[in-house]
Amino acid sequence: MDTAWAHASEIAAAVSDGRTSASAVVRAALARIAADDPVLNAFTAALEDRALAKARAIDAARLEGRALGPLVGVPFAVKNLFDIAGLPTLAGSKINRDRAAAQHDATLVARLEAHGAVLVGALNMGEYAYDFTGENVHYGPSRNPHDVARMTGGSSGGSGGAVAGGLVPLALGSDTNGSIRVPASLCGIFGLKPTYGRLSRARTFSFVASLDHVGPLTRSTRDLALAYDAMQGYDAEDPVCAQRPAEPVGPLLDRGSEGLRIAIAGGYFRTGAFPEAQTALARVAAALRVKDEIEIPEAKRARAAAYVITAAEGGALHLGRLRTRARDFDPAVRDRLIAGAMIPAAHVAKAQKFRRWYREQVLALFAKVDAVLAPATPCTAPSIGQQTFVLDGVELPVRANLGIYTQPISFIGLPVVAVPVPLAPLPIGVQIIAAPWREDVALRIAYALEKLGVVRANKPSVKGGK
Amino acid sequence: MQMTRQAKSSKGKVKTSRAKSMRGKASRKIPQRDALDDLVDAAARALDLQLEPAWKGAVKANLKVTLALANLFVDFPLPDDAEPAPVFTA
Repeated sequence: MDTAWAHASEIAAAVSDGRTSASAVVRAALARIAADDPVLNAFTAALEDRALAKARAIDAARLEGRALGPLVGVPFAVKNLFDIAGLPTLAGSKINRDRAAAQHDATLVARLEAHGAVLVGALNMGEYAYDFTGENVHYGPSRNPHDVARMTGGSSGGSGGAVAGGLVPLALGSDTNGSIRVPASLCGIFGLKPTYGRLSRARTFSFVASLDHVGPLTRSTRDLALAYDAMQGYDAEDPVCAQRPAEPVGPLLDRGSEGLRIAIAGGYFRTGAFPEAQTALARVAAALRVKDEIEIPEAKRARAAAYVITAAEGGALHLGRLRTRARDFDPAVRDRLIAGAMIPAAHVAKAQKFRRWYREQVLALFAKVDAVLAPATPCTAPSIGQQTFVLDGVELPVRANLGIYTQPISFIGLPVVAVPVPLAPLPIGVQIIAAPWREDVALRIAYALEKLGVVRANKPSVKGGK
Repeated sequence: MQMTRQAKSSKGKVKTSRAKSMRGKASRKIPQRDALDDLVDAAARALDLQLEPAWKGAVKANLKVTLALANLFVDFPLPDDAEPAPVFTA
């Protein structure tokens, strides 16, 4: 089988019934990383010894007739803000190279491996996750497999590039304001940002504690569900992690979108988008036969409040490092963090009060609808190095504004699946937004769209750069 | 090199060329200090941050954007007893 483009579910089935071995799958993934990553720059570490040892243990377990997990033999990689035992947790920075090596894997790494997946590496990202581009001054930019002169989006840029480039079928990222959904959109893959507090963030390097989420990126909805189900469950080591039982979504996917009330986000979400974002949204809405629009009230203010909280909490988190090692930051990140440390506390306190008010208004909408559709990004992948774009006649920095449609949603922790619409020449994503704890709704709709052929992770036909 | 892309404006106009020409004029003048420059300098001293002169323009620009965004919601009417989003549990 072509494990370079196989879904995680297909790999697990093949390993499980002996059509291939975990060792063969992992060796092939490591070979792809060695061959293609010099161009894609998705990885900051490949874990050859660890991965091959784990694969051999899986193959031995199979021969002994022991139970195998639903992700058996699936190679995966994680944004390098997840702890990996034996490595310093870089979080995209130069400064963190001086940290002691992590003693233990992050909770989600351990949970995926407990279900049979095999960690093969750590992934590039924007420094300290304060980024929507996937660029990194220390490690170089993650490159979009559909056109390596273009951005992956960020901050989970390596996660987007590794999955879209066929290096691994599954990666983990984090999403504070859009850092899973933006690279999923620009790289043309699927991404799940679950409800705030659903998945454990234990042993990940924080950015904005009150907004940080973690989740999977894959090339199919089924794989999102497989990974998500493997990672669910309470974790006392993350104080934000909800004390809810796991609610598996895999068995629910076949229900599709039947009976679900879906609307298009109007107002704020209808402004600023390039034509390609509007085309993608229209295709998804037409496939679902959705015509109704619904206004998410005060989304512009919500985005502003998320921006302020992010800057302030980010500035506070890094204040000590800004005092002692300011020259070692990416200048574009450093200057934003310094400014964040200077924001009046009154603004941050008001932002958090506004956040509760806004949450109540948006939750009321879910009495009328089950899901809302919105663009994931205002445009397809910009060129690497592009500083600005023009949205509704105003020239704005790319770095801070690729997430204008994602920020008002993660601000109140709603679950979202970003689905890829395979436009030519570049793909772009659409957000499927559901009520808190209803990841099943968003994933069912994504699965229905995938079966209709409207959304799909296309294999890159042009890699360029070689 | 700076590159730009443009989405279709709902007003059919793009403000970039005017903005660029204004920036060009401004760059020929000695920049005037304003209250935000004072805030950046004072906050840096108070927070024990050693700002290199070359960084101050970008820090100020970022602070200006952030404060402008804050102005979108700081006067949004909420009752005095409105609770913030994060809830501490003892």
